[in-house]
Amino acid sequence: MSLRFRNSLVPLLLLAALCSCDREERQGRGKPVSETVPTASPDTVFLATQKLPPLDARALSYERNASAISEGQRLYNWMNCSGCHFHGGGGMGVALMDDKWRYGGRIDQIVASIAEGRPNGMPAWRGKLTEQQMWQIAAYVRSLSGQVPKDSVSARADETSNTPPQTQVKREPTTPADSAEQ
Amino acid sequence: MTARIWILALFPVMLAGCNGFQNAMGGDGAESANFVSLFKLFMVVCTVMYFIIVAAMAVAIWRRRKSALTVDDRRHHETSHLVTPVLFGWTGLIVVGLTALTVASFLTDRSNAASAMKPALHLTVTANQWWWDVRYEQPDVSTTVRTANELHLPVDTPVHVTLKSTDVIHSFWIPNLAGKQDLIPGRMTDVQLLPRKTGLYRGQCAEFCGIQHTQMALDVTVESKTDFERWYSSQLATAKPPATPLQLAGLRYFTTRECSACHNIGGTPAGGQVAPDLTHFASRRSIAAGAMPMNKGNLYGWIADPQSLKPGSHMPTVGLEPSELHALVAYLETLK
Repeated sequence: MSLRFRNSLVPLLLLAALCSCDREERQGRGKPVSETVPTASPDTVFLATQKLPPLDARALSYERNASAISEGQRLYNWMNCSGCHFHGGGGMGVALMDDKWRYGGRIDQIVASIAEGRPNGMPAWRGKLTEQQMWQIAAYVRSLSGQVPKDSVSARADETSNTPPQTQVKREPTTPADSAEQ
Repeated sequence: MTARIWILALFPVMLAGCNGFQNAMGGDGAESANFVSLFKLFMVVCTVMYFIIVAAMAVAIWRRRKSALTVDDRRHHETSHLVTPVLFGWTGLIVVGLTALTVASFLTDRSNAASAMKPALHLTVTANQWWWDVRYEQPDVSTTVRTANELHLPVDTPVHVTLKSTDVIHSFWIPNLAGKQDLIPGRMTDVQLLPRKTGLYRGQCAEFCGIQHTQMALDVTVESKTDFERWYSSQLATAKPPATPLQLAGLRYFTTRECSACHNIGGTPAGGQVAPDLTHFASRRSIAAGAMPMNKGNLYGWIADPQSLKPGSHMPTVGLEPSELHALVAYLETLK
């Protein structure tokens, strides 16, 4: 190994080690208070022919964060999401672990579905949960179909489960809203 | 040398930890009192044995130096005629000492078990990250009381506590009353309490359970039976209706917005079950599982931004408008 190669490799490796440092960073207080005041969600249902607007800047900070996803899992059970959607397999509510997204499978679209509610029984959670909590639940919902990075999900589910751990869930393709089975 | 003196001078500082309300040597409960007397017995026996051993070593060293038993006079193989009786005496002392400690330990366990044979009160304590859910169980469910982060116990009454956990392993410990017992998810464990002295004590989670483990305390009040009955009947009542427009606004916010998704207030539509029951919140001694004393200033701070006072706690920073904050505090203060 040449000296020059080694000199450049060591700082690179050190830099790479830093990449995982924010995996479990807690977003305790989240944002300044003024940002948590609920705002109206944009209409997040788009036709397949329409061009999607750019992804909300907050998406990655939730999807790549183990703490946010496990908080989402906790809230998913606390708020009785499992009462209708079960642990992703669906029951009275639609399944969340498959590839079909009636109202969009992007994290900001899921947040909008939680905040606004959807026809046929999904209640609106605006004003009942903080925005941060809705984003955490949405990150967890995305993890059910393997949409989030594998290093930020928990290898152990809180509930008894006969499905593979989330670290081994296959990433389902997200089907656009209008082509999904209605 | 001066460093040694400083270290010695610091020992009394450690005693400052032995305050009254959280003290394993307090002996304010039957089990704790048994433990303290057993501890004293062990301390006396072990101290006596320690000094005998040190004295024997000192004698041995001293004898060797003064001894004329050297190889030169060919008497080095002779042992002193004292050795045999001393060894017999020593063995006898060990047998008697260990037997006495074993018997004392057995009697202590027996006494602990006996004091809990007929509990007069059944409690279920469920540990959560990072607070205690307390339920006084009754055969008639309508007289069951649910509270949080506080225990009221009648003096001289055996209490059986069933312990559960919803998330991780915690440990239930009221040092003044009894020893520790773990709370394990998916399992039930139990502990018996028999308080002997009235007073205010503090319980503490004794198993590291996450970021706010240190702020997971339990306010314990041991009181006379009549005081306990009075407290219990006050806890059976539902929350008082608001008396002023501001308090009414607080109740409205509480029952229609984020608060009621997690918290319960008896007698109102707020029925969340995953956070502390707030029906008689203002009658408690502290906020957020012993994190801060109960007063108006702390209440404002806690509701406005819990994440700066107890970071990582599951109570979110909601982002209240000042008018909403005033109303909520005004209402919560009435929940005596």
